[in-house]
Amino acid sequence: MAKLVCKSLPKCGFNFFNGFFIMLTLLLSIGCSSSITENVAKHSTKEGEQLYYTIGGQAGIERLVNAFVKRIAQDQVILPYFAKSSVKHFKQGFINHLCATVNGPCKYTGDTMIDIHSGMNINEGDFNHVVELLILAMEDVGISYQSQNKILAKLAPLRAKIIKI
Amino acid sequence: MLPHLSLLAITLMLLLLPRVSFANGKILATPGVAQVEGSGGGGLVPWAQLAGYATEDEVAFSAFCSQATVKNFQLNSCGGQINFYDRLELSFAKQNFDVEPLSLTLSQQIIGLKVRLYGDFIYSTWPQLSLGIQHKLLDTPAVAFTLGAQHDSGTDIYLAASKLHLGLLAGYNVLWNVTARYTKANEMGLLGFGGPNGNGTLQTEVSVAVLLNKHLAIGSEYRTKPDNLGLNESDWQDVFVAWFVNKHFNVTFAYLDLGAIATIPKQKGWYLSLSGSY
Repeated sequence: MAKLVCKSLPKCGFNFFNGFFIMLTLLLSIGCSSSITENVAKHSTKEGEQLYYTIGGQAGIERLVNAFVKRIAQDQVILPYFAKSSVKHFKQGFINHLCATVNGPCKYTGDTMIDIHSGMNINEGDFNHVVELLILAMEDVGISYQSQNKILAKLAPLRAKIIKI
Repeated sequence: MLPHLSLLAITLMLLLLPRVSFANGKILATPGVAQVEGSGGGGLVPWAQLAGYATEDEVAFSAFCSQATVKNFQLNSCGGQINFYDRLELSFAKQNFDVEPLSLTLSQQIIGLKVRLYGDFIYSTWPQLSLGIQHKLLDTPAVAFTLGAQHDSGTDIYLAASKLHLGLLAGYNVLWNVTARYTKANEMGLLGFGGPNGNGTLQTEVSVAVLLNKHLAIGSEYRTKPDNLGLNESDWQDVFVAWFVNKHFNVTFAYLDLGAIATIPKQKGWYLSLSGSY
């Protein structure tokens, strides 16, 4: 990026900006190594399974879903969406779903996202609010910012099967 | 002195306003900050995102004050935006530009309109796309006309595309925005519009940022500019840190390289911007 900009700028012997990108690269590589040390599990992981172990495997996912349910229970906006739900059923379904989403050794066999959310007519704002509750729950159980983003990246494509149906 | 007072006034207003939120449907930091010409964006570049935290059924009100201080010039810009349903952004900015070598101040007003054409910054497959205009009225055109400018008002038209990539770089979220702007403006309009060397060209503006956590973004921007007056008008660039304290208040701090302004070289310095949303 810095090089690209510099080509178009004859006066661009400007080290501050190059320095910025070097700093950024360093910072990101530090972030990379810290997320490797976070992976405490000694499993020999298959391609793509790393995230599952990084967040603590099955036990980690159960902790997260419990924290998420607690956050929802305290939220005046989101709780009404769960009025007719069984907490136990939701927990089991979401644990299974999250496990499969982060490429864990599970196969999600529950109802489809479309079936679950049909008729709820969830708007964009409430959808984002649930994302915020999930982020808070991930913070509650100590999942790193980088792992949080990787989980969100895997969940984000499901939005079209959840809102406004 | 006045700009300092208005910065202070805005800060106080934002801190003292009751915690009633009209719009908070977006996720923290995703709307970006206020741009010096009043639109939602980065500091230098108008982005495809609309200002404030409004989603499809909300209206967001935002206000900002920014100060850019380089070697021989200082720009103070204050304004605000209304975001209607994450579809339409109406913006206003008043800029005062202190030219220290001449001991005078140039002023202009900018009214902006931005329409989101497609997509969602985070969730859509393709980048969010918006079309906007910035209509600029130079209140102090004498200097501009002396330097050869043709008009004391002009309208920029821009098309902006932006996207946030969740966890893209070692788990960090990366966002970018690219804007193509058709403009006649000299030094953003502060030195008038058009001139002997040109009267309307297409310019490119790019921003890249990384979110270090959910409150803090660092990034860089680059903005090409026309040289209608033949004064070797420079491109602009910055490196910024934006701190999103919460959905109601954010602070941006940047290091600027504005190149040569009115042939006076090495205009580097600092930028501070405060903005609030409700």
